[in-house]
Amino acid sequence: MVSDQRGVGCAGDTGFGGGMQNLIEIKGVKHAYQTDAGPLPVLDGLEISVPEGGFVAVVGPSGCGKSTLTRLIAGLMKPDEGEVWLHGEKVKGPRSTVGMAFQNPVLLEWRTILKNVLLPLEIVPSKLSRKQAEDRARFLLSLVGLEGFEDKRPSELSGGMRQRASLCRALIHQPDVLILDEPFGALDAFTREDLWQTMHRVKEREPFTGVLITHDLRESIFLADQVVVLSGRPARTQYVLDVPSSGPRTLEDLYTAVAAEQLNILRHQIQIAQGRSTAGEGAA
Amino acid sequence: MNKHIRAFVVPVIAVVVFLAFWEWLVWFNGWPRFKMAAPSDLPPAFERHWPLFLSMGWQTLWRTVVGLFLAVLFGTLLGMIMGFSRTMRDALYPLLVGFNAIPKATVVPIVALMFVGQHDFNTVLLAFMISFFPIAVSVSIGLSTLEPEYRDILRSLGASQATIFWKIALPKTLPEFFGALKVAVTLAFIGTNLMEIVSPHGRGLGALFDSGRTNSDFPLMFAVLIALAFLGIVLYYIVVALEKIFAGWAERAPG
Ligand SMILES: Nc1ncnc2c1ncn2[C@@H]1O[C@H](COP(=O)(O)OP(=O)(O)OP(=O)(O)O)[C@@H](O)[C@H]1O
Ligand SMILES: [Mg+2]
Repeated sequence: MVSDQRGVGCAGDTGFGGGMQNLIEIKGVKHAYQTDAGPLPVLDGLEISVPEGGFVAVVGPSGCGKSTLTRLIAGLMKPDEGEVWLHGEKVKGPRSTVGMAFQNPVLLEWRTILKNVLLPLEIVPSKLSRKQAEDRARFLLSLVGLEGFEDKRPSELSGGMRQRASLCRALIHQPDVLILDEPFGALDAFTREDLWQTMHRVKEREPFTGVLITHDLRESIFLADQVVVLSGRPARTQYVLDVPSSGPRTLEDLYTAVAAEQLNILRHQIQIAQGRSTAGEGAA
Repeated sequence: MNKHIRAFVVPVIAVVVFLAFWEWLVWFNGWPRFKMAAPSDLPPAFERHWPLFLSMGWQTLWRTVVGLFLAVLFGTLLGMIMGFSRTMRDALYPLLVGFNAIPKATVVPIVALMFVGQHDFNTVLLAFMISFFPIAVSVSIGLSTLEPEYRDILRSLGASQATIFWKIALPKTLPEFFGALKVAVTLAFIGTNLMEIVSPHGRGLGALFDSGRTNSDFPLMFAVLIALAFLGIVLYYIVVALEKIFAGWAERAPG
């Protein structure tokens, strides 16, 4: 059975005033890039909230502004209008409680895998001693299945392994928020499914609040507990699908009737988003 | 094992074959000494002028190295300015390309006249002028083509621009830098010799070459060429060794 679906505009669970129960709050965010051909509006009134420990997937047409959204959450850019709140604080700039991983794993070729994973701790002040930090890095690497590769160079690893290492680097400083921008986009289907399961394993041991950008609908319902569909550029929140789960998910769950229906809804929403950039309200 | 022996033996055989062919060519054509020198003429030429080779060789060497050193400093600085600022790149690039397009042989008399008598200075200046271009270009390209994700990884944690430069931008540019340095070291060497030959002032291997020329002393001229080749090879492989140390990670595994 498919859970409650709602278009945006219906009463959200955004609490007014006091209790800021959501770890990430994106409120009416608008943003435009200044280009040679004039301003290019990219985000147009985004509303997304993610509770602590939640995992939201963001899907939308190519070029609609998903990466822009991640840069706003990370504090790498400021929105023209609207606000981004993390932990009840307005985001004004980069903060060390955020971890990021991209489609391109961007590992530093001149460092070993272990040293790559440890990189954030050279920036972020940490209570860990050198030994503790190294132990933690080794633990994370073993968690994603990279035991024994600590002293290898990135060039000696496959694409999937590099992505795993990049994930460890994003987690080493115990961030509250993990931002993943199409991290598995460049991987083959089998490696990708492997990494989905790794993600579940990681989340169990290393709790975080996650934002996952993806163009793979199956990935979104397998990993996230909420899928946000963005409209075409300029993007606004077009549709939100809750993906409740009872107990751990398995790949088999993707082949049930429930999953098929969820995927159908999302596919339909994406088609709307691709077709008319402003349509979408009150669908399904 | 076998591989190491081959890496050593093959070049040596190639050199011996080359020298033998050269010797044979001179003998076969019956060229006299004032027309062409044979390899067998070289050891006596070295022996006769050995102290000169040592002192002149040293002069050529240090002026080249100083010129190259200045080129590295200036080129890196210029490359950083152009790599970080789009505006500065647009402004400086045409100037730089134009400057580089001028054949440096035409600059020699100008420099020689401007700084008449200051032999060390104008030789170093020419070595510098001819060799900073590839360094500046490579550093600027290395910095400006850094994928934004590399910056974002550190910037999202609140790292400063300086930290990003030291931890990521600089090491990432090193392979390109050393590639350019290999070109620059050869160019600096050409610059030094150009000044020594075109504007003779009795210093450096270039001057020795020139004196050989005025006396039609072919063995001496060829001996100078060999000495220049030797110095050039030494400088080149010093750069290669430095590259192995600082940017060895960029080397692709063979095969
Ligand atoms: N720095 C920039 N300056 C100008 N325009 C930009 C800039 N960055 C992105 N854009 C434009 O803004 C739009 C949204 O970019 P963004 O990268 O956020 O899209 P995306 O949804 O992540 O796309 P994709 O699915 O291809 O990853 C695109 O049309 C892009 O061309
Ligand atoms: Mg993107």
